Amino acid sequence: MKARTMGRHLRESLKSLGRNSWMTFASVSAVTVTLLLVGVFIVIMMNLNQLADNLENDVEIKVIADPAADEAAVKELEKQVRSTSGVEEVVYSSRDEELDKMIKSFGDELSLYKQSNPLGDALYVKAKDPHDTASIAKKIDTYDYTSQVVYGEGKVEKLFKVLNMSRNIGMVLILALLFTAMFLISNTIRLTIVARGREIEIMKLVGATNSFVRIPFVLEGIWLGVLGSIIPMAVISFSYYELYEQWEPKLQNELFQLLHAMPFILQVNGLLLFMGVFIGMWGSFMSVRKFLKI
Amino acid sequence: MIVMKDVYKKYPNGVVAANGINVEINRGEFVYVVGPSGAGKSTFIKMMYREESPTKGDILINGINLATLRNKRVPLLRRQIGVVFQDFKLLPKLNVYENVAFALEVIEESPKVIRKRVNEVLALVGLTQKARMFPNELSGGEQQRVSIARSIVNVPKVVIADEPTGNLDPDTSWEIMRIFEQINALGTTIVMATHNKEIVNTMRHRVLVVDGGMITRDEDEGVYGYES
Repeated sequence: MKARTMGRHLRESLKSLGRNSWMTFASVSAVTVTLLLVGVFIVIMMNLNQLADNLENDVEIKVIADPAADEAAVKELEKQVRSTSGVEEVVYSSRDEELDKMIKSFGDELSLYKQSNPLGDALYVKAKDPHDTASIAKKIDTYDYTSQVVYGEGKVEKLFKVLNMSRNIGMVLILALLFTAMFLISNTIRLTIVARGREIEIMKLVGATNSFVRIPFVLEGIWLGVLGSIIPMAVISFSYYELYEQWEPKLQNELFQLLHAMPFILQVNGLLLFMGVFIGMWGSFMSVRKFLKI
Repeated sequence: MIVMKDVYKKYPNGVVAANGINVEINRGEFVYVVGPSGAGKSTFIKMMYREESPTKGDILINGINLATLRNKRVPLLRRQIGVVFQDFKLLPKLNVYENVAFALEVIEESPKVIRKRVNEVLALVGLTQKARMFPNELSGGEQQRVSIARSIVNVPKVVIADEPTGNLDPDTSWEIMRIFEQINALGTTIVMATHNKEIVNTMRHRVLVVDGGMITRDEDEGVYGYES
């Protein structure tokens, strides 16, 4: 194709937006509304997902060493735990530190025990994959010098189950929403093209090739997608930024953290723009096809 | 120029619109296609620019066999044929000049050639003064002249017209016919389906009568010859 023809297609696609301004408005509105919904949903889902990750990562195993074990034995145990496959992090806490923690939570009466500390040294273990927590705990339990291995047996499994389920539900909802969006938008575009079926017919009758007919429509679909994604991108960027600025300081020490505004906003914007363009293009392409059979 | 050999056309609903058509039209001829409504005139015309394909038989236009022509090559066929319709088929959102130029843009002509050719044909059909007007600002006759201008702007060897005067009053019809005569005088073959008895009987040319999907009469300098 000649560059001049491409230029013509570009000009035509832009002109046509103006000539069919009412249809353009309808399509752009459909894109705007659906992308806004999809965008808000994605922001919520991604943040919930982040919460789920944080919850999972918070799961740890507490290994209490045999109080009778001497320092070398505990060192040996720590080494053994560290080299266990699937273990990411091991934090050592001495028996005195453990007692201090207990005094802090239960009160000064426990200070009496400082004379003869009944506690053992403790190791706090985090798994690389939180889902492996149970199996790692079982393995550590078999090592010498462990007196107790605690990881919230039962509760952890339930938590993982709930989180997994909510992730899957979220995924299904996003897909369903995307599908609806594509259907709605391509249908609106189809309406605008049906209204111009005669135009396509005439183009074909004077000897236009299929691609010559199709390219301006597909370009027009792209513009519709771009125009339709502007408002959703702006609204989501602005609102999320404001939300982040307002709430991030208040959530400093909480388990729930908002995703950092940058690059998250850019990623969501990129995704919305891509979806808008793709849906516009695809909608036009599919709708024109029907009229090319003359 | 145009050859039809044993052309047979049956529509999916069972209607047989062409039932063994054999005809040969030579370069530079002016041919009327007449016949009662539903006799197969339109199908006869539509098969020539491949809006319909024959079920059986061969159609040759400028040596191109339409029966074996692949869909991809159809645009190339249509660029060699000018088609004029009863309902003009103009793009309402393009002005007169743009409607005519459109046929050349489609075949990727240079802007210089487009300007020259469009101005020439607009002068030929007498619409130079109205080049910037839109179809809805024109009378029926003027719109048909735009349609004719568009059909001849890329200098086709054949112009096919399907009832070009069907929607026009008698005076305007004569005006349109004079333009066709002029185009024919320049050497272009013209095939025209019509219901206009007066025109056929006055501007004498070859007449093909289509009835029941067959050519029942083929007469040089013929007359309309039946009551519709």
